Amino acid sequence: MIRFILRRLLLSIPVLAGVVVIVFLLARVIPADPCLAALGERATQAACDAFNQRFGLNEPLHEQFLIYISSLARGDFGESIRTGQPVTEILLQRLPTTVELTILALFFAITVGMTLGIVAAYRRNSAADVGTMIVANVGVSIPVFVLGLLLAFIFAILLRDSPFALPPSGRTSPGLSFQSIPQAWGLEDLGGIPRTALDFLSNMYLLNGLVTLQFDLFLDALRHLILPAVALGTIPMAIIARMTRSSLLDVLGQDYIRTARAKGLQNRLVVFRHGLKNALLPVVTVIGLSVGALLSGAVLTETIFGLTGVGRTVFESITARDYIVIQGFTLIIALIYVVVNLVVDISYGFLDPRIRVS
Amino acid sequence: MTSAQAARTAEPDPLPASGRERRQAGRWQETLRNILRQRSALVGLLILAVLAVSAIFASVIAPYSPDAVLISEGARPRTPPCIYLLGCPETQPQVLLGTDGNVRDVFSRAIYGGQISLTVGLLTVVFAIIVGSLIGAVSGYAGGWLDNLLMRLMDFLIAFPALLLAIVIVTVLGRSLTNAMLAVGIVAIPIYARVMRSSVLSVREQDYVTAARALGESGAGILRRRIVPNSMTPMVVQGTLGVATAILEVAALSFLGLGAAPNIPEWGNMIGLERNQLFSAPHLILVPGLLLTLTVLAFNLLGDGLRDALDPRLNR
Repeated sequence: MIRFILRRLLLSIPVLAGVVVIVFLLARVIPADPCLAALGERATQAACDAFNQRFGLNEPLHEQFLIYISSLARGDFGESIRTGQPVTEILLQRLPTTVELTILALFFAITVGMTLGIVAAYRRNSAADVGTMIVANVGVSIPVFVLGLLLAFIFAILLRDSPFALPPSGRTSPGLSFQSIPQAWGLEDLGGIPRTALDFLSNMYLLNGLVTLQFDLFLDALRHLILPAVALGTIPMAIIARMTRSSLLDVLGQDYIRTARAKGLQNRLVVFRHGLKNALLPVVTVIGLSVGALLSGAVLTETIFGLTGVGRTVFESITARDYIVIQGFTLIIALIYVVVNLVVDISYGFLDPRIRVS
Repeated sequence: MTSAQAARTAEPDPLPASGRERRQAGRWQETLRNILRQRSALVGLLILAVLAVSAIFASVIAPYSPDAVLISEGARPRTPPCIYLLGCPETQPQVLLGTDGNVRDVFSRAIYGGQISLTVGLLTVVFAIIVGSLIGAVSGYAGGWLDNLLMRLMDFLIAFPALLLAIVIVTVLGRSLTNAMLAVGIVAIPIYARVMRSSVLSVREQDYVTAARALGESGAGILRRRIVPNSMTPMVVQGTLGVATAILEVAALSFLGLGAAPNIPEWGNMIGLERNQLFSAPHLILVPGLLLTLTVLAFNLLGDGLRDALDPRLNR
């Protein structure tokens, strides 16, 4: 098993190297002068020269690449051309929002999707099956931004005065005051990497609310994240539901399932213990694949629900030509993507021992 | 030349000519019957037929031009539907689904939007299929370092979330509907390249291809007459599902303000422009949103149905 994991790790190195190069090049091919984008249309030539000097934009491309690589190796992502804020700092503030949003969306997709898929397969051709598949088909087809606006319309407007009302935008209610993890734990003089890590975790409000026992923060953040997470998670939910159903039906047609039935095992045990476990492999693949869709959807979801996360930031920095931020954020996104695929590959090894050998 | 005829050259055909024709006609009929037997394909086809008819006859169905501003007729911006039959005063122009922020008829714009979305989806996928098939065919047929290079390139394209990559490409090319289509098309290329490559690899070593090669058929001839027909089924299925994705992604780009120009009645565009009116005039968002969902749903259903109908391994 360890050899299998090591080999997968080694295989992902060339992909990562390629991603670093491509991200660097992509950020350079975006037209328009970064200097004019940063300093405004009427920046003087002298100001632009100084600007280009400062950001190393006068160097030839391969020099710029070397500078980029060496600062990356030091964990330095550079500073935003527009605001001068270090990219690492922006990441610390905004990545947590997207991480919580995607995890919640994935949680919704997996729990609801698998439940629907199991029910549909268990009661094949029943009304429940047909209903589930209709939900799944519409779920794959509804655009994220349409569903997001529809949910906002239902829960923030139609149900405004009911107990089901949910806020249509923002991360927390305005005026809500709360402590960060270092504050709550009395670790404010902590510095260095542990402090950075704690600050990062503090910006994950759900987690922060739980570990520091600020339950009002937890509930408020959760209420704000439910609609975006459902909007974002619906497409993967529908795909997982369909995949679980067809994969489970496939497995339930196998000989060993007939054997299990023949020896008098209860139907429920047959489906869950013998069937589901073996039906999981394709479902795991789909879960891994949907992370890319989630990151794409995050741009739209964050736009609709007024969340400043990674998706929104990348979109804004691309339109503003802030290519230092683009570089840093796309690299992180691609990194997450590669790591997720790695985890999926490794989990194959756990689920299906045959894969480890080949 | 069809696959039935292609197979004939390789394996001697015991049937006389008339029987062969009958067999071929029977195969098409059977395929068609298989497709129509799939309930999802049928529903998808029906929805698409309605959408296609309304798109083709948009100028007949739509009461106004999509750009017509109805101020002089006495309409106000973002009004709810006004239908004479339901008691709307005849002093106002009849607008079946209300007006938008620029006092244009939402119903007319929605109808014309169908024209755009269907064209956009089909053209984008045709582009992606042509380029993807070429890459996949060359890759699978040549093998070696060229195969490796092309496939790694495809891997990198896939290593980025689709919409983000499309946003970058549109930013590089500049904002327009054509560029949005191009961006979505480029992002979709790897799928078709992979389908084509695996078809080539699976067919390349078959006996009838070896036979064709022994008979002196050229590489291009083998590709065209032996390999392409065999890759048709997955391409058609993948392409149909791809139209759904393409429509979604181009609409998403337009929604973000990176696609069609603001005056073009593209559905994603219509939603993006009036997004902040959700509280005051929800019909401006719900109408194009519903149509967009229906169109995508139709292509998805048709694609799923085609897969079940065309893949003989799935026939139970």
